[in-house]
Amino acid sequence: MSRSLRNRAAIAGIGQTEFSQASGRSELQLACEAVNAALDDAGLLPSAVDGLITFTMDSSEEVEVARNLGIPTLAVFARVPYGGGAACGAVMQAAMAVATGVANVVVCYRAFNERSGMRFGGTSMAGATALPAWLDVVAPFGLLTPAAWVALHARRYMHEYGVTNENFGRIAVVDRRHAATNPAAWFYERPITLEDHQRSRWIVEPVLRLLDCCQEIDGGVALVVTPPERARDLRQRPALIAAAAQGATADSEMMTSYYRDDITGLPEMGLVAKKLWAESGLTPADIQTAFLYDHFTPFVLVQLEELGFCARGEAKDFATIENLSLGGRLPINTSGGLLGEAYIHGMNGIAEAVRQIRGTSCNQVAHVEHVLVTAGTGVPTSGLILAQPV
Amino acid sequence: MSDRPAPTTTLDTKFFWDGLAADRLLIQRCSGCAALRHPPRPMCPHCNSLAWQPIEACGRGYVHSFVQPRHPAWPWFEDGYIVALIDLEEGIRLVSNLCGVAPAEVTIGMPVEAFIERFDNGVSLHQFRPRREPAAGTR
Repeated sequence: MSRSLRNRAAIAGIGQTEFSQASGRSELQLACEAVNAALDDAGLLPSAVDGLITFTMDSSEEVEVARNLGIPTLAVFARVPYGGGAACGAVMQAAMAVATGVANVVVCYRAFNERSGMRFGGTSMAGATALPAWLDVVAPFGLLTPAAWVALHARRYMHEYGVTNENFGRIAVVDRRHAATNPAAWFYERPITLEDHQRSRWIVEPVLRLLDCCQEIDGGVALVVTPPERARDLRQRPALIAAAAQGATADSEMMTSYYRDDITGLPEMGLVAKKLWAESGLTPADIQTAFLYDHFTPFVLVQLEELGFCARGEAKDFATIENLSLGGRLPINTSGGLLGEAYIHGMNGIAEAVRQIRGTSCNQVAHVEHVLVTAGTGVPTSGLILAQPV
Repeated sequence: MSDRPAPTTTLDTKFFWDGLAADRLLIQRCSGCAALRHPPRPMCPHCNSLAWQPIEACGRGYVHSFVQPRHPAWPWFEDGYIVALIDLEEGIRLVSNLCGVAPAEVTIGMPVEAFIERFDNGVSLHQFRPRREPAAGTR
């Protein structure tokens, strides 16, 4: 038997709630709705599920989700750390479970009220008298938000490679263009221009404007992972997992890996890329469309370099609106991305990759054979390559 | 003057913040292989020694990166404050603030020097300001 994970698991179902700024429901209810929708999509009953995997940051306990769905027994339950870096990692863990026979049907889920509840962007901390312990050595100096953490990396990247904020703006324009034609997207029918981007206010000067930052959103997404043989008999065309990888590298921190000689790259993503290409036997030329994690625009450029779509420092030339839009050289984030569709910690990107394999995306790319998906950047992360069933 | 968010100390980091409270910017030096490390942590990644001593930083450094967080506003910071990464001459990098300089005057690579400031709520922090390098031939 093959020692690799290549083509030994598939995503057989996807499900999601609506994406809103005030769901009016508990995070547990959102999780249950998303899991139920994903099972329904696959044509499976809850009784078939024997594994649940989520993020360490998720508030919905595996056993609570199982109790609500009526899942009788669980053989696998696990959590993946590092915020949005977990997304593809959750699928990798599920793939490992089904490839080894430890479980047969594993559902990965992520659901939160990130807008109406605790906001990651930091505004809900503004009135706080005590700061969470994990802010440790950065908070006393006013480095208090994910935007600010990312910006110190990106500022140096701009300096090294002659990149401007307008270069970052192109990512926002592409994402919002794709979101404009996706009815599920928060920014449906609301595209922006580069001028809109350049007029939006600074969040962290001179790196991130408002339109460089994704918005917190309420919602949930779930994915059903099964062995390929099982997926073949279910309701949807399976998305084969051609490769799955997690990666952490020396001196990794959660968003503040400032202590490496070079802080302009994303070595965690470089490691994930190396593993994905090796496991799948593919190269960047084999990818028709990608979902590149875009909580903040600058790291999309760096990812293009780490993944090998262009050389170091050349993303500012590669990342044109034309190249990255539908019909271009490498259409990215065809659902609108985290910037345009919703910030569900990258799980909605995996769902969109599955739709591209099925041929059901609102912005369908022609002749899709392989889709690359990345998880959170600036943190220990993960990635996937999905492929057509063989 | 103003307050600052108080750092959360642990058994591993207490020496660093205690040092600042005593007007000293301290760096961990491994007793096994003499490698310096920051942020504070218990084990040397090079030789796995748990033994270390604090040494006092020279305070001279260079700006590695800097930004101005504009939103959201915080009670602890005046609008326009500068957060910077500083490369100390010892080879250690620190998160800090740049003071006494207009943002437009700051450049990456600019020489800076440390000073320690005690804020109203008793928090002591290392801060940096521009440093005039001695002209060539006079050092």
